[in-house]
Amino acid sequence: MSLVTVTINDKKLQVEEGTSILEAAKSANIYIPTLCHMNLHGGVEHNPGSCRVCVVEIEGRKNLAPSCNTMVAEGMVINTNSIRAITSRRTVVELLLSDHPQDCLLCEKNMHCELQALAADMGIREMKYKGEMSTFPKDFSSASIERNLDKCILCRRCVTACGKIQTVSVLSAVNRGFHTIISPAFGLPMVDTNCTFCGQCVSVCPTGALTQVNNTTKVWEALNHKDKFVIVQTAPAVRAALGECFGDTSGKAVTGKMVAALRAMGFDKVFDTDFAADLTIMEEAAELIDRMNNGGRLPMLTSCCPAWINYFEHEFKDMLDVPSSCKSPQQMFGAIAKNYYAKKMNLNPENMVVVSVMPCLAKKYEASREEMKNDVDIVISTRELAKMIKEAGISFHSLPNEEFDSFLGESTGASVLFGVTGGVMEAALRTAYEWITGEGLENVEFSMIRGLDGIREATVQIKDREVKAAIANGLGNARILLNKIRNGEADYQIIEIMACPGGCINGGGQPYLRGDYEVLKRRAGALYEEDQNKPIRKSHENPAIIKLYEEFLDKPNSEIAHHLLHTQYFYKEIS
Amino acid sequence: MNRINSYEELQKINQENSEKLKMRTPSHEEELAVENKRCQRIITVCGGTGCQSSDSTKIMDCLKQEIEKEGLSDEVTVSITGCFGFCEKGPIVKINPDNTFYVHVTPADAREIVTEHLLNGRAVRRLLYEEPAVKQAVRRQDEMCFYKKQNRIALRNCGFINPEDITEFIGAKGYLALGKVLTTMSPDDVIKVITDSGLRGRGGGGYPTGKKWYFAKIKEADQKYIICNADEGDPGAFMDRSILEGDPNSVLEAMAIAGYSIGASKGYIYIRAEYPLAVNRIMIALNQARELGLLGNNILGTDFHFDVELKYGAGAFVCGEETALIHSIEGKRGEPTNKPPFPAESGLWEKPTCVNNVETLANVPAIILNGADWYSSIGTAGSKGTKVFALAGKINNVGLVEVPMGTTLREIIYDIGGGIKNGRKFKAVQTGGPSGGCIPAENLDLPIDYESLTAIGSMMGSGGMIVMDEDNCMVDIAKFYLEFTVEESCGKCTPCRIGNKRLLEILTRITNGNGTEDDLKTLKELGQIIKDTSLCGLGQTAPNPVLSTMKYFWNEYVAHVKEHRCPAGVCKTLVQFEITDKCIGCTKCAKNCPVSCISGDVKKKHLIHQDRCIKCGACYSSCPVNAIIKV
Amino acid sequence: MSFHLQREQQFKELEDFIDSVPEKTSSLITVLHKAQEIFGYLPEDVQKFVAVKLDQPIAEVNGVVTFYSYFTETPTGKHIINVCMGTACFVKGSAEILDEFERKLNIKVGETTPDGKYTLQVLRCVGACGLAPVVTVDDRVYGHFTKQMVGKTLEEYN
Ligand SMILES: Cc1cc2nc3c(=O)[nH]c(=O)nc-3n(C[C@H](O)[C@H](O)[C@H](O)COP(=O)(O)O)c2cc1C
Ligand code: SF4
Ligand code: SF4
Ligand code: SF4
Ligand code: SF4
Ligand code: SF4
Ligand code: SF4
Ligand code: SF4
Ligand code: SF4
Ligand code: FES
Ligand code: FES
Ligand code: FES
Repeated sequence: MSLVTVTINDKKLQVEEGTSILEAAKSANIYIPTLCHMNLHGGVEHNPGSCRVCVVEIEGRKNLAPSCNTMVAEGMVINTNSIRAITSRRTVVELLLSDHPQDCLLCEKNMHCELQALAADMGIREMKYKGEMSTFPKDFSSASIERNLDKCILCRRCVTACGKIQTVSVLSAVNRGFHTIISPAFGLPMVDTNCTFCGQCVSVCPTGALTQVNNTTKVWEALNHKDKFVIVQTAPAVRAALGECFGDTSGKAVTGKMVAALRAMGFDKVFDTDFAADLTIMEEAAELIDRMNNGGRLPMLTSCCPAWINYFEHEFKDMLDVPSSCKSPQQMFGAIAKNYYAKKMNLNPENMVVVSVMPCLAKKYEASREEMKNDVDIVISTRELAKMIKEAGISFHSLPNEEFDSFLGESTGASVLFGVTGGVMEAALRTAYEWITGEGLENVEFSMIRGLDGIREATVQIKDREVKAAIANGLGNARILLNKIRNGEADYQIIEIMACPGGCINGGGQPYLRGDYEVLKRRAGALYEEDQNKPIRKSHENPAIIKLYEEFLDKPNSEIAHHLLHTQYFYKEIS
Repeated sequence: MNRINSYEELQKINQENSEKLKMRTPSHEEELAVENKRCQRIITVCGGTGCQSSDSTKIMDCLKQEIEKEGLSDEVTVSITGCFGFCEKGPIVKINPDNTFYVHVTPADAREIVTEHLLNGRAVRRLLYEEPAVKQAVRRQDEMCFYKKQNRIALRNCGFINPEDITEFIGAKGYLALGKVLTTMSPDDVIKVITDSGLRGRGGGGYPTGKKWYFAKIKEADQKYIICNADEGDPGAFMDRSILEGDPNSVLEAMAIAGYSIGASKGYIYIRAEYPLAVNRIMIALNQARELGLLGNNILGTDFHFDVELKYGAGAFVCGEETALIHSIEGKRGEPTNKPPFPAESGLWEKPTCVNNVETLANVPAIILNGADWYSSIGTAGSKGTKVFALAGKINNVGLVEVPMGTTLREIIYDIGGGIKNGRKFKAVQTGGPSGGCIPAENLDLPIDYESLTAIGSMMGSGGMIVMDEDNCMVDIAKFYLEFTVEESCGKCTPCRIGNKRLLEILTRITNGNGTEDDLKTLKELGQIIKDTSLCGLGQTAPNPVLSTMKYFWNEYVAHVKEHRCPAGVCKTLVQFEITDKCIGCTKCAKNCPVSCISGDVKKKHLIHQDRCIKCGACYSSCPVNAIIKV
Repeated sequence: MSFHLQREQQFKELEDFIDSVPEKTSSLITVLHKAQEIFGYLPEDVQKFVAVKLDQPIAEVNGVVTFYSYFTETPTGKHIINVCMGTACFVKGSAEILDEFERKLNIKVGETTPDGKYTLQVLRCVGACGLAPVVTVDDRVYGHFTKQMVGKTLEEYN
């Protein structure tokens, strides 16, 4: 690549050919606002050049140019802050606002909205343009995602996230001109589409057009109900990102403060989904060994990601026997809480409320599935938890570090890894290795399967056996693997799939990344660190789990285990 | 028909067939020699969309029947041809070698044409065109003011050959340019000729065609494409349609030449679904050209392969924009993408693609045959050659006119167009369609080319030229264009999707009498920013009709806003119909009023009850003594 | 012929057409043209069928259908009346002709009469501007149209 010399706001600089003006300016510490442009996972650049809030003036050109979408050229003279550029950018935002309900105060996205931030930065103080506003029907059909397309600015990040990254393609631009809307076919509500509820569209949406279903009020109600015994479980990825909501730099697990906050909010018990993750490993590893030894269907696919389950239920009806029959940790937790913990503590399950804090929007949907029998009552996301902590007036930073309650709060390092791509596989291998070989595992870290690449493969030597493993994160990558299996081109024994690129650390309920994928690496790092610091790092060594089997479940894959911890998959015809 | 295997063979076929066409270009002597005589004659009947919709096919059938009846079948041939460009006077029938041009022919006239003209050799006077200025009948096409100042290059074969017969096309030097190119010129030679000719894109942008071909040529790729843009979205322009209907082979020939120049073996014609006749004619031409080996593999025995496929539009003006068009061919929503990269670099399926307009292409074979110097000697310094305009609106001679660049608007409107209809006063001429602007009388003497039109806030565009008279309200016209662009906006980018909508809302307010002076300011400012920030040409030019009418007809805007008055009496809420003392009490208006709000006794002055009047204007147009006025 | 049989045959015809298309990836619009020709409009099941056959997401198919004004998702009447609202026709008063059609048929643009006889639409230029104002009914083009011709024209198609 050769270098070109450009002048931006009177500064001369050299940048690589093929750099956009936006990037070039950034390298000179000049920031140009953007709305539609976004770097999506896996190097996919969403760059439609359509919002026009990034326009700048280029000497010698008749029109303003979108900086996100215009490449530098030798000798280019660019002015990002000429009065013409500034006025035009502001006008573009004013136009967007003229077709936008200005109810920020009541908006799920309030204070997290890119449009709002832009309007604030630009000092917009009046509605200069008035006229017809879009009035699209709102979609509250699903348990996971709300759509309020009146707030959509047509940046189409969601279309790319869903279509290119996830290859689910639920959303498309429909109609044209002023009537354009981002929608499923025929304006169908989300529940009637092949949406997996992975929430990646919500993650990238700059406004309040696509948001999570907010359950915080339900949680407050439960907490304030005098007869209810309210327990909470928190998924591993939550602790790796929650701090970001309180101004922490990313990459720091805030487990202790999170537990303290939940306790302060009034939960009767604060438990850890990690406990159930260890349980999942027991069941899943046993199922794998059983399939390997008894000629069962291989490869086996992990099943702890509900978006991924939705995905193959919609699109891979010929392969419904491939995934493990294990429920996800969230649901295993609920089942154990209501069927075992309740009995043990002499609680009426009817009076128990199980709340989950998840990085995930699909978990909201999962909890509402019929087979799941209301084992989990309310699911909130990391972002919702942060809001509740703020609402409760808890000063997060001054909280002490506290421990999870016993015994549904006891977990191992293995289970913490569930929050990151490859983690379920690593945890399963730690257990499977020891079960198959009967030997202790010296180095428990399977570093060859770590990383954030979309698809990773590894062959793990387990004594005289070679176990071929593959990992996919992001549903688009999952599709590649599944097609390989379908076409008989894959000889893996075990495959881990997480719907979100990077795994749950990048779930649809996590604090917004805004295209900064370095944050993901740091969140992953936080989880690996927590694993390292745990005294016990293998699921089958979790004393609480061992006790659970002794007292209640007998052994992995026992009949009662099957009844409570396993599930079935159904083909869902997609519209 | 047999495959033509070499350039020489092609030249032979050209000679054989050019003989047949000779009768259609008679010398003066030949013309005189047949007067009052029976002789070999050829009747060409216009088969363009316009004339076909007024029964020209039936006219042809009737003529044939009558000819048969009179036993003239051996000496008279009847053939269809493409649009003569004088569609308003259609159906057109031309008889040669007498060089007689009949207008407004009906099937019933067939009998008289046969008995009077064919048998007696005398023109049917009542079917001749009457020159409005001098009120005199003119027989010969080249003596009609409408044609006198025209120089038909792109339209050279329209109204001359039978578009459904490729041998006639070859007789008119068709495919000779392709033959010449393939056997005697290198791709660089061809590009040089086109560059030197000064030909610029006729689709609106005016980009130098040679340069476009050059960029597509130097880009290396395993596959390249030629696209003929036949989307012709400008409502009120129909030159591309006429060319495709009247001379489809010229376009195919030019596409093959372009393909040879840039190294493409495949071409697409993207055509509007609203042009069924043009589609049909292209299909016929395609099949005949393939049969003769003028398209397909090893064209004329050379190692050049080129074939053409048709793709249909589906009703989206924006698909005329080249990147949108490419997406549409790919089967997607027709949304434009930012340029650069230009299609010449990365176009259809990301391959180098050359998109050219129909009229641009139609010029190419003529340039190859006659040379760059010939072409560049026509026109102005920056704009060479001729341009076809679709002259329409309040003008006497509606139709297609092809004139050298640099012709003045006055020449086109008054000399060729025969002036304003019904003796009304000229107000403005709109060029460039929805992207263009309105030009006032003070600029009538402007020699028109790309630069001069842009300089006065309009555009060449594709060549629509709509004449307006004092009965047209310029605010209403601006609103009309904006309604169009708002409806046709793809909705991808903010300024066009929302901005133009806001402009339209303001204009609607003004035409309803609710506009404010602030609105006028906003129109200007917002219009400018929309132009400056929109993603594609549609948005970048959409405010032009507004801005140009504001510039030249400011008073009309002010009248609407300040005086709540529409000077042209067009904006409904701003006009009132009133019955004056001229009323003779005939009751016609009362009978025609759909809401029965006119009362009055027979033979007494009538009265309109304004509170119930819906301003439909029915009374206004029904009064026999013009007693009703708009105030 | 029973409705179902006819429907089945229509789908069969569409399927044969799709199978005959050499290039699947770019043929969506071509296929939709054919489908509309067969069915008269593009109802949901037809769009779904096309999506499955061309292996394209249904949302994208629907996105394309709703982008182009030529495609319609609702059935049209027996006769389709189009008033040209292109510039040449507009300046010669086609708006008034449209008004008259609306009044006579008692429907708005884009609607179909309750008896399913007429659908009223506008289009932007059929390229017969020389005859402006222009109205088309089905495939027939009427030039030099006037408000007074509305009633008579409707009777022709009654
Ligand atoms: C909104 C819009 C509509 C257009 N419509 C047409 C059209 O109908 N026909 C056409 O040839 N070019 C049209 N163009 C111009 C094309 O984008 C392109 O410049 C042209 O086809 C190139 O051919 P040329 O260089 O031979 O003119 C349109 C451009 C815009 C922005
Ligand atoms: S989407 Fe953003 S700008 Fe719109 S109401 Fe919500 S917070 Fe405000
Ligand atoms: S920002 Fe302004 S409008 Fe919003 S809450 Fe505060 S004072 Fe009220
Ligand atoms: S939740 Fe996932 S699958 Fe559903 S629309 Fe959003 S990105 Fe697509
Ligand atoms: S829903 Fe959100 S992400 Fe999707 S286009 Fe609208 S604003 Fe963008
Ligand atoms: S990867 Fe995790 S966060 Fe994402 S959908 Fe699956 S379970 Fe939810
Ligand atoms: S300018 Fe208009 S037509 Fe062009 S991309 Fe933007 S919205 Fe679409
Ligand atoms: S304008 Fe129409 S409604 Fe008003 S009086 Fe005349 S005919 Fe009646
Ligand atoms: S039509 Fe004219 S003359 Fe007759 S009653 Fe009406 S206004 Fe009077
Ligand atoms: S960020 Fe550049 S156009 Fe939207
Ligand atoms: S269609 Fe006959 S002259 Fe134009
Ligand atoms: S504008 Fe009506 S036919 Fe062209």
